[in-house]
Amino acid sequence: MTGAKTAVETAAAVRSGDRSARSVVEEALAAISSREEELHACNEVMADSARARAGAIDAAVAHGEDPGPLAGVPIALKDNLCVQGELTTCSSKILEGWRPPYTATVVERLLAAGAIPIAKTNLDEFAMGSSTENSAFGPTRNPHDMTRVPGGSSGGSAAAVSAGYVPLALGSDTGGSIRQPAAFCGVVGVKPTYGRVSRYGLIAFASSLDQIGPFATTVDDAALLLETIWGPDQMDSTSIPSQPDPIGAGSDVSGLRIGIIEELTDLEGIAPEVRASVERAASGLEGSGAHIERVSIPSCAYGLSAYYLIAPAEASSNLARYDGVRYGLRVDGADVAEMNAKTRAAGFGAEVKRRIMLGTYALSAGYYDAYYGQAQKVRTLIIGDFAQAYERFDVLLSPTAPTEAFKIGAKTADPLAMYMSDICTIPTNLAGHAAMSVPFGTGAEGLPIGVQVLAPALGESVMFTVARAVEGLR
Amino acid sequence: MSPRISPEQVRHVANLARLSITDSEASQLAEELGVILEHAEDVAALDLSDIEPTAHPIHLTNVLRDDAPRPSLDRDEVLAAAPATEDRRFRVPRIMGETQ
Repeated sequence: MTGAKTAVETAAAVRSGDRSARSVVEEALAAISSREEELHACNEVMADSARARAGAIDAAVAHGEDPGPLAGVPIALKDNLCVQGELTTCSSKILEGWRPPYTATVVERLLAAGAIPIAKTNLDEFAMGSSTENSAFGPTRNPHDMTRVPGGSSGGSAAAVSAGYVPLALGSDTGGSIRQPAAFCGVVGVKPTYGRVSRYGLIAFASSLDQIGPFATTVDDAALLLETIWGPDQMDSTSIPSQPDPIGAGSDVSGLRIGIIEELTDLEGIAPEVRASVERAASGLEGSGAHIERVSIPSCAYGLSAYYLIAPAEASSNLARYDGVRYGLRVDGADVAEMNAKTRAAGFGAEVKRRIMLGTYALSAGYYDAYYGQAQKVRTLIIGDFAQAYERFDVLLSPTAPTEAFKIGAKTADPLAMYMSDICTIPTNLAGHAAMSVPFGTGAEGLPIGVQVLAPALGESVMFTVARAVEGLR
Repeated sequence: MSPRISPEQVRHVANLARLSITDSEASQLAEELGVILEHAEDVAALDLSDIEPTAHPIHLTNVLRDDAPRPSLDRDEVLAAAPATEDRRFRVPRIMGETQ
């Protein structure tokens, strides 16, 4: 990062005419060129359209118009977000070469705010994974250490921000896919309340859990991006109909009640340095006037198991659409059923197949009640336990991930070990709440650690206040 | 540990999921799914008979758009993305037998 500017600074400079959007875009393209060969954060760099947009923004400024709050700010998009006419692959062979006929609502809102989409970023295929190693196009590497993973599934977006390609990126978070890579790459990552950000144009993985959210280098930048993309959308029937209140710029935590979640912090497998970071953040907040206590959320212990039944079940249904008929890959067969089965066998990678199989099994006759039905009831327990905790606390704290970034290849042979790296982030998705990861401290290997700030549904304002305070403790 | 799911069950589920798999994939999936399902036993074993299931995290009500005409996707653009088309429609292999 060569004195990289924040999105707030860049937008202000472009809006006032102090900097041209063209020069901002050229600087981002140069940053991508310098490291992309080793990092592989991007599936596609949209240099031509970015330059054209930058030219239009500079022209608008020259005419005395205001291009918007993100004027000239380059942004990277996880490659499961549809942009009309631009390659959108989900890092899967089954969608290789596909160009969507429509654009995601979040991208429309970015364009309306003057932002400049500059790259589609790598991910675990269909967002299923925790390391970005499940990409059909090869893994992304952690900008802090080339031998380590950036986390996942939004590893490309996290790496693109961490490496200074762009100040902002969008990812999607189904069980931690924004927060965990943000922690591994030392950037801010936000999973907004379910329904707060439109999912229209986000290629579905698990529809009751998926949520789009920001990556940024600062909490203020993340807030600016979230306020640009959120709010009701007619194109998403699960979008919350009320207009969101502004996040605000506060960082005063005096009088706030903050609970440390015992089940996610004292867990076996949490690295000592990670636990120490959470405790150091908590005592810093206490020093700023917050009340800190430990709190038990007993059903969190069942979150991982419930998630790995619910998410694959929903995925097995959502991914039925990849049938070789309307888009993407087709492998011919004697009849439709054989064509479907051969297409899916050739187009999906091992982890996607594993989840489709797990989900189909969990939903099949004779097993539905024992697995999927039970998991949905655990979801009710988790929501109830969080509700009790939020009667006593304004926000909660925990680690974002159990460890710092692990080595490439360390967990690929053991799916369950890989799943464990989402253990601290999953409960928020099951409850539909908001949570974010703020970089705080380093691990035994010198890599970044993230502290997770959790808030109830629609609690973004107090969540950002606490996140800003944690950021200020560094 | 005895696998909770046999290669035969795996083949049945693969057929339900329209996924063609090899014999070695069936054996490997049986083992991997067995490990994951064993971990899920903590959930399967809970007594939750008096708990209501949650299918969705927020209270959903039906949201309807105004019933007003508006442009839909461009037919040629959509068909251009398809692997095979004929007469401006999706073309697929035979669905039913030759004698119906």
